[in-house]
Amino acid sequence: MPTKLIINCETGEQTEVELTSEEIAQREADAKAYEAEVKAKDAESVAQAKVKADVLKRLGLTENEVKALLS
Amino acid sequence: MANTYTLINSATAGSGGVASFDFTSIPQTYTDLILTISARSSRTTGGTDGLRLEINGSSANFTYILLDGDGSSAQSAPGSSGLVAQLPQAGGSPGYTANTFASTSIYLPNYAGSNNKSFSIDTTTENNAISSYLDLIALFWSQTAAISSLSLKSTTANNLVQYSTAYLYGISNS
Repeated sequence: MPTKLIINCETGEQTEVELTSEEIAQREADAKAYEAEVKAKDAESVAQAKVKADVLKRLGLTENEVKALLS
Repeated sequence: MANTYTLINSATAGSGGVASFDFTSIPQTYTDLILTISARSSRTTGGTDGLRLEINGSSANFTYILLDGDGSSAQSAPGSSGLVAQLPQAGGSPGYTANTFASTSIYLPNYAGSNNKSFSIDTTTENNAISSYLDLIALFWSQTAAISSLSLKSTTANNLVQYSTAYLYGISNS
């Protein structure tokens, strides 16, 4: 069972306690939400890369040629 | 160090690691807070794990802008979680050198005030390899409540491994 370390800043007391079933469920839900956010970002990056590649193709330029033009 | 920079409390993960560090009953007597963290995730699959912040028991109402460099490329990205760091982990891609930890510093100004809260974060992973992350993060918590508790936990429901540490400091402006 996962535990959390509680640090009471008023008393200085530290206690390690097991997560409740509700806390474990919330932990899993938060992890799924984060993974969904990462996947959405990855999909956006892939889409942007495709747009960039399509534009370069239409212009008839390579990525290195564009870098040279902009440097 | 100036005498206005005061250690409030610290924590170290013991054997087996912990799911979170929870600082509670934070005194409201300082001007700002600084949280410094050294942490590694127990995650063994997938990509790099993340470290996220919860305030007063809530993981909601966060937004951030991240500026990230990994040794070969840089990117900027927005997000809507309390992300404060990327953590080395045992497996997955990119792999990290054994026993390396991420170093993170979070500055929390006017934490006891009644305005929305904004934080600045600098963090880096440690890795004996070409790829390693260096991030600057602007984190925003759109809530006006004074901050009385802070929790740090993995974004992927994994543990912070043994010897991970967190230090909470209070900063006074006088």
